[in-house]
Amino acid sequence: MPDTFKPRTAEETRDAVQWASAEVQPLEVVGTGSKRALGRPVQAGHVLDLSALSGIELYEPAELVLTALAGTPLAEIEAALEAHDQELAFDPIDYGPLLGRPAGEGTVGGLVACNLAGSKRLKHGAARDHILGIEAVSGRGEIFKSGGRVVKNVTGYDLPRALTGSWGTLAVATKITLKVQPRAQTEATFVLTGPAGAEATAAMTAAMGSSAEVSAAAHLPAGIAARLADDGHPLADGPATLLRLEGFGPSVDYRFEALKTLLGGRGGVVRVDGDASRALWRAVRDVRPFVGADTLVWRVSVAPTAGATFLADLAETVAHEAYCDWSGGLVWVSIAGADPCANAVRDSVARVGGGHATLIRAPAPVRTSVPVFQPQAEPLAALSARLKAQFDPHGVLNPGRMGS
Amino acid sequence: MTGIAMPKPDGDVLARRAEIVRALRALVPGEGVIDAEVEMRAYETDALTAYRQLPLVVVLPETVEQVAAVLRYCHENEVKVVPRGAGTSLSGGALPVGDGVLLSMMKFNQVLDIDPDNRAVVVQPGVTNLGITRAVEHLGFYYAPDPSSQIACSIGGNIAENSGGVHCLKYGLTTNNVLGLEMVLVTGEVIRLGGKHLDSEGYDLLALMTGSEGLLGVVTEVTVRILQKPETARAALIGFPTSEDGGQCVADIIGAGIIPGGMEMMDELAINAAEDFVDAGYPREAGALLIVELDGPEAEVDHLLGEVEAIARRNKATSLRVSTSEEERLTFWAGRKAAFPAVGRISPDYLCMDGTIPRKALPDVLTRMRALGEKHGLRCANVFHAGDGNLHPLILYDANQPGQLEAAEAFGADILTLCVEFGGVLTGEHGVGIEKRDLMPEMFTEDDLKQQQRVKCAFDPKQLLNPGKVFPVLHRCAELGRMHVHKGQLPFPDIPRF
Repeated sequence: MPDTFKPRTAEETRDAVQWASAEVQPLEVVGTGSKRALGRPVQAGHVLDLSALSGIELYEPAELVLTALAGTPLAEIEAALEAHDQELAFDPIDYGPLLGRPAGEGTVGGLVACNLAGSKRLKHGAARDHILGIEAVSGRGEIFKSGGRVVKNVTGYDLPRALTGSWGTLAVATKITLKVQPRAQTEATFVLTGPAGAEATAAMTAAMGSSAEVSAAAHLPAGIAARLADDGHPLADGPATLLRLEGFGPSVDYRFEALKTLLGGRGGVVRVDGDASRALWRAVRDVRPFVGADTLVWRVSVAPTAGATFLADLAETVAHEAYCDWSGGLVWVSIAGADPCANAVRDSVARVGGGHATLIRAPAPVRTSVPVFQPQAEPLAALSARLKAQFDPHGVLNPGRMGS
Repeated sequence: MTGIAMPKPDGDVLARRAEIVRALRALVPGEGVIDAEVEMRAYETDALTAYRQLPLVVVLPETVEQVAAVLRYCHENEVKVVPRGAGTSLSGGALPVGDGVLLSMMKFNQVLDIDPDNRAVVVQPGVTNLGITRAVEHLGFYYAPDPSSQIACSIGGNIAENSGGVHCLKYGLTTNNVLGLEMVLVTGEVIRLGGKHLDSEGYDLLALMTGSEGLLGVVTEVTVRILQKPETARAALIGFPTSEDGGQCVADIIGAGIIPGGMEMMDELAINAAEDFVDAGYPREAGALLIVELDGPEAEVDHLLGEVEAIARRNKATSLRVSTSEEERLTFWAGRKAAFPAVGRISPDYLCMDGTIPRKALPDVLTRMRALGEKHGLRCANVFHAGDGNLHPLILYDANQPGQLEAAEAFGADILTLCVEFGGVLTGEHGVGIEKRDLMPEMFTEDDLKQQQRVKCAFDPKQLLNPGKVFPVLHRCAELGRMHVHKGQLPFPDIPRF
């Protein structure tokens, strides 16, 4: 039975890591455990549970800044922001349902550890673009802070960003400061029906290259669009290209008309407003089309124009279902059966100009035997290993999570 | 200048100079190696001109292979290397060291790939910041981060300093606009981070490189994202009785959910200096001047300008003008952009500081800064990026007056310490360099600094890249590795377990 440490303070977190480091007893670092099924399964005999390190410590709406302890539920943070008409502009994905768990379980620590982002990544970046400061405990059991609570800061290396997306393998974050943003007063989605494949990519490219300030752009092929329509989203059953517009009312209307002029000739145009638009994007963001199935799911990041070519290339070797977000730059691929076809997926990525593929949903034995994260070239892998060794020389933080 | 010491040159390396120059000439042919004193003078300082130091030798490689060969040679032979772009650093980040190679990347000046469909541009590091915008503006795009030095500074240097500019409140800093890098490690190994895809894989080494002040590696290729130019941009020029009123107006604009494309403030001294210099029509009687620029679709800009006006009136605005033409908008900015040289005309010398504070602390910080000015017997003009709390106090002094330089430096250190005291940071965009190196303990504990240096040890274990910068005390990597071990101690009884 593994020991679970449940620290209530940064000092207690440090004590636990110091012990683990001295005794070389690896720890699995968790918040609520909502993303435990992401990444490689961790090989650790003990659990470091940060859920008691919880609470918003500072929230100053006029300063656009929020500081919270790592175990703070994201739902609590989002509710606090909403009360002031603010939000996390990067619109973090909720992996819960895709991984067979309830929605809304994540913590801010997990958000940072996995560098979450959503459809608005296209305009607003990911968690890494919104983190301002961090307090953490290194794998050596030293408490340190880096960054601050101001947007402009170049005092020392950017450790807050470097720890974002490190899956808890360099240090245990105990406190996080994020930049927050005003929430758009209104929003609408421009739905273009008809175009598919390269034509859909061309439509998204044209929209993103216009001054319409599109904050998210996704393409759903016919089958996927139909599935979302069955779920009650206002979509027809043919292929749909979605363009999200946010801002002040008159501006959204104006930009919608601009898109109509630009793209109207290429297919049908439907306007989805307000809550329906938000719900539609939540479904796109949280990979709703693949929720509840038992397929294996890949998350593929390529140059935006390469999304469609990647899928065409992959179709030559692997039967799959897929849709694109990020104007084509993010591809969700669902593969039936027990074989994730890792080499085929990554070979296709390489053939369309590079990027990376991450195996998001698969049973633990598969995630143990296949590289979940994109393998790196030798000098880069060696550098990453040196960084890990500097911060966590005894390998006690989430061993195996990012690689064997 | 006084006070700030550089590492003592290594006599052994100085003695090997002829041999090192010979070896470098074999790696970089022709005029790529400069060792004559008179020619090296051009490299002896950056934009923090009070510090001067001739390098051991200057090398100007033309290819990635040459960069790799030079670094490999230096690594194997324990020779220090200071990488350099256009040399516009304001914190002494590109100051040479006497026993080290100055590696200039200015021959890497090509735009390699313009890809409007992916909204990406690939350039070599010596291309200027403005050069990127110039390369894409015919397509309707621009590169958003625009430091004031954008006409001269190189994108490689922007990455080294994580440069900002007036647009970064809305459009982000360099770190938010870089998609990929090719770089050479000190060992000569070439690695690639990111690319035209939106997120890079593995540890976010792109984030570590951006703002690393040349201490981690040498960038040889950069992929940046470009943005479609906004349909319109208009600016409001708003005068206030005091900086406090202006500061409150800034807070209220953001509180209303408006993120302007730029929001800059100047105090009375700066307003008058700028007005004397460029005749921009600034309100001389105002205690503070705010420039608020809104960009986007015309309907949106009109709507928001109305809101900004109302907010300004509520905050006791004494004057308010909204630009009605592109020419007028540029005139509004001309004064702000010329503020530094303008202040240069009213004082023989000035020191430009760079600290960031939480916006709400602005009134208190300004009051305390005035008191500090009296204490040190010097005047200070204030120009700042009000939207993001980045202050640029210009401390006026006369180097010919005995003691004034020292007083100005002490005043500057006090201001930066004040920024930290109010929850801010030592540098918002100019970098630590040598200038703020010794103030780092004001912001960081010993353990904080150790983690920073561990990053350095992973990239550059022999600590050969840009030594003497950023860190006040250099720990050797082996020494940093020691850990206090509690072998045999029981797991901590105080921590709740299950």
